[in-house]
Amino acid sequence: MAGQVDALYIYLLLVSGVMTALIFIAVTVLAIKYRRTAGRDAQQIEGSTFLEITWSIIPLFVMMTFFVWGAVIYFQERTPPADATEVYVVAKQWMWKIEHIEGQREINELHVPVGQDIKLIMTSQDVIHSFYVPAFRLKQDVLPGRYTTLWFKATKPGRYHLFCAEYCGTQHSGMGGDIVVMEPQDYAQWMAGGPSAPLQDTGKQLFTSLGCATCHRFDVQGRGPNLQGIYNKPVLLEDGRTVIADENYVRESILNPTAKIVNGFKPVMPTFQGIVSDEQLNALVAYVKSLSQPVTGTAGLQNPPATSPAQPKNMQVQ
Amino acid sequence: MISKAASRVIPANQAPKLNYLNNGHTLKSWLLTTDHKRIALLYLISVTVFFFLGGFFAMLIRLELLTPEGDLMQADTYNKVFTMHGMIMVFFFLIPVVPAVLGNFLVPLMIGAKDLAFPRINLLSWYLYAIAGTLFLHCMLTGGVDTGWTFYTPYSTSGTNTNIVEAGLAVFIAGFSSIFTGLNFIVTIHRMRAPGLTWDRLPLFIWANYATSLIMVLGTPVIAITVVLVAVERLFHLGIFDPALGGDPLLFQHLFWFYSHPAVYIMILPSMGVVSELIACFARKRIFGYKFVALSSVAIAVFGFLVWAHHMFVAGISLYAAMIFSFLSFSVGVPSAVKVFNWTATLYKGSISYATPMLYAFGFIGLFTMGGLTGLMLATIGIDVHVTDTYFVVAHFHYVMVGGVLMGYLGGLHFWWPKISGRMYPEGWAKLSALLVFVGFNLTFFPQFILGYLGMPRRYWEYARMPEFQVLNVLSTAGASVLAVGYLLPMIYLLWSLRYGPIAEANPWNAAGLEWRTTSPPPTFNFDETPVVTWEAYNYDEIPAKELEAPVAG
Repeated sequence: MAGQVDALYIYLLLVSGVMTALIFIAVTVLAIKYRRTAGRDAQQIEGSTFLEITWSIIPLFVMMTFFVWGAVIYFQERTPPADATEVYVVAKQWMWKIEHIEGQREINELHVPVGQDIKLIMTSQDVIHSFYVPAFRLKQDVLPGRYTTLWFKATKPGRYHLFCAEYCGTQHSGMGGDIVVMEPQDYAQWMAGGPSAPLQDTGKQLFTSLGCATCHRFDVQGRGPNLQGIYNKPVLLEDGRTVIADENYVRESILNPTAKIVNGFKPVMPTFQGIVSDEQLNALVAYVKSLSQPVTGTAGLQNPPATSPAQPKNMQVQ
Repeated sequence: MISKAASRVIPANQAPKLNYLNNGHTLKSWLLTTDHKRIALLYLISVTVFFFLGGFFAMLIRLELLTPEGDLMQADTYNKVFTMHGMIMVFFFLIPVVPAVLGNFLVPLMIGAKDLAFPRINLLSWYLYAIAGTLFLHCMLTGGVDTGWTFYTPYSTSGTNTNIVEAGLAVFIAGFSSIFTGLNFIVTIHRMRAPGLTWDRLPLFIWANYATSLIMVLGTPVIAITVVLVAVERLFHLGIFDPALGGDPLLFQHLFWFYSHPAVYIMILPSMGVVSELIACFARKRIFGYKFVALSSVAIAVFGFLVWAHHMFVAGISLYAAMIFSFLSFSVGVPSAVKVFNWTATLYKGSISYATPMLYAFGFIGLFTMGGLTGLMLATIGIDVHVTDTYFVVAHFHYVMVGGVLMGYLGGLHFWWPKISGRMYPEGWAKLSALLVFVGFNLTFFPQFILGYLGMPRRYWEYARMPEFQVLNVLSTAGASVLAVGYLLPMIYLLWSLRYGPIAEANPWNAAGLEWRTTSPPPTFNFDETPVVTWEAYNYDEIPAKELEAPVAG
């Protein structure tokens, strides 16, 4: 992605450079050529509609190339591949807390294998932060109360700066760290180093201990919807709207259950605002997602696109 | 030469003509004046105070960033310093500077009116500004604010313990000052033009101020409401913006930028108007494509309201919203480009003098072109994702707001200084300071484009982990020192000229505007006789150019 952004940037620099040079040369040449001299008066010229239209249309056309190219890159930046490895990020003043799906945790460092699509699912515990990796030319604000996502595929091993780019208080400039991009075998070794349970297992335990399982049953219809297979699928709501059950929907349904009631159910679920932490929420979301994954590995390999119709997978080939 | 020499000396036996400056010397005659020209001077003094205060904070910022470590001040202090710099410069300098100083002085003069439509509201508007400014100074002296001038929630409502409510109140009151000025201009321009001064004969400075006033009246109430909502959430914990209380932080950003993006045009449009006046006068020509330049101001004012979310491409708005706002943002580029092309074309076959105001106009074209083109880069979403909230953005908006607005303002101040003060400024010093401002400005802010693309985020107190950023920061600080000298010089020689400058004629530039058809300085009611306009704007073919050499420093 960095290469594409740089290519566009070079194009913009060239066009802007040419424009600046043209204006600069025109002003300089005209200012010297038509400097005030004795015996020559200014010659009045009314203007020219033809010229006005020309120098409106041509820049507009050039700008549209900026727009389209920039929008195409942005579209890719904002459309994570369906099979990207997910990593949860919780920002707080003034640190980045990272949690891998395998349960590995780290602070102010994110280890990723080279050549793999990584999707960050991010939220903040306090104010707005922004996850910024200049080497990847990527940035995404991280908001309290909702998830935002960012995806990337690192292409070269190394350590890259991670910054907070949205002003967040006293130690804003100290809120940073490194993205550590590793060869896959080094990464596997690093990942094996920590003793931890996968995130979805933590979520499963919470699902039981918080009592979610008493209503959201998998065997018979409970008081709440069965959560198997719902992730990233459209859900019909009581008021007739349809929403996609994405991360933000699951999150909202835990913290503010009455906001979007599923058709056919009653608003009986209590809020878990203030009861579950952001980390626990992430674990619950990971668990709910795992309920929608094929049970066997082979099934998953056969038809990954079919499990996520909402993802415009075809955009990846661009 | 004889008439020139004579114009410098007042004959000893003749008292100077009664004018707005010597018509009453008491403090009361100034503080209770309803004369738009005196109110303009009240504004001139107050915005200058705020400019140098804001500039002082800018120097502190540049000094702190001279080294990668945070060694000059504490992090909290630095955060307050850049917040004070931003709030002072935006709300108490850039927004009022050209309309409230030059506009106040010139709008009635240029349209042949005795005063603005509502002289008392004009005075009230200065008092509101003064109250807001005093409140802000009080807030600053009792601890200041550390949110950045953008007041982003939930940091401003729940995150910081600094005095947001007082700073917000100051912005709220200053906003009404701005609304009243806009209202006054709109009514005045509609109702009080001299006989024969039709819309297509109006000076472009008037068109620019008219467009600006529309934004002031339509946009400012939104920021006023927004800061009230911030205060309400802070004081009463009503959930509006903070998700912990059930609010939406992006709602704040939408409301804030709905005003604050058009506010950029409140700042730049009047300066564009100034530049049109300067180029016409010093090229001795009618502005090329007058109608297009006039309407482009209105187009910028209208389109300016449709692009606010381009500040939010990475804030968490939807993919498609971002694309629409990117597309719309380019629409502002066209009328801005049209202005630059027309100014350049005006030079063709002109008779160009290099007097100081014209140097500032050249500087404006250069810096605004660069500010505008980097603005197009920022409107290109793929680039914005990388460089937003970095020094690239900082450099961009300084090119537009400081490079653009201040070049226009200083050019205008020099151009109309003879009319305002009745004295000429020293041309040599003025040329030197124009050069220092241009060079210092580029040295300060050009390195910041590179810093931004390399990834240095804005609002960073220290960059100890990234020592590679130091060279460019040192360059920037060096440039800021040159720039500071460039700004201090006019302050000194303009004050000096009040006493020692050569006496100005009624029309020292042989310029075309109505304001030059009355004495310098003008009498209290501007014109002894209401002018009747029978000519088009910028009829430079009917006015002979000044002698070749510019007036020599006195």
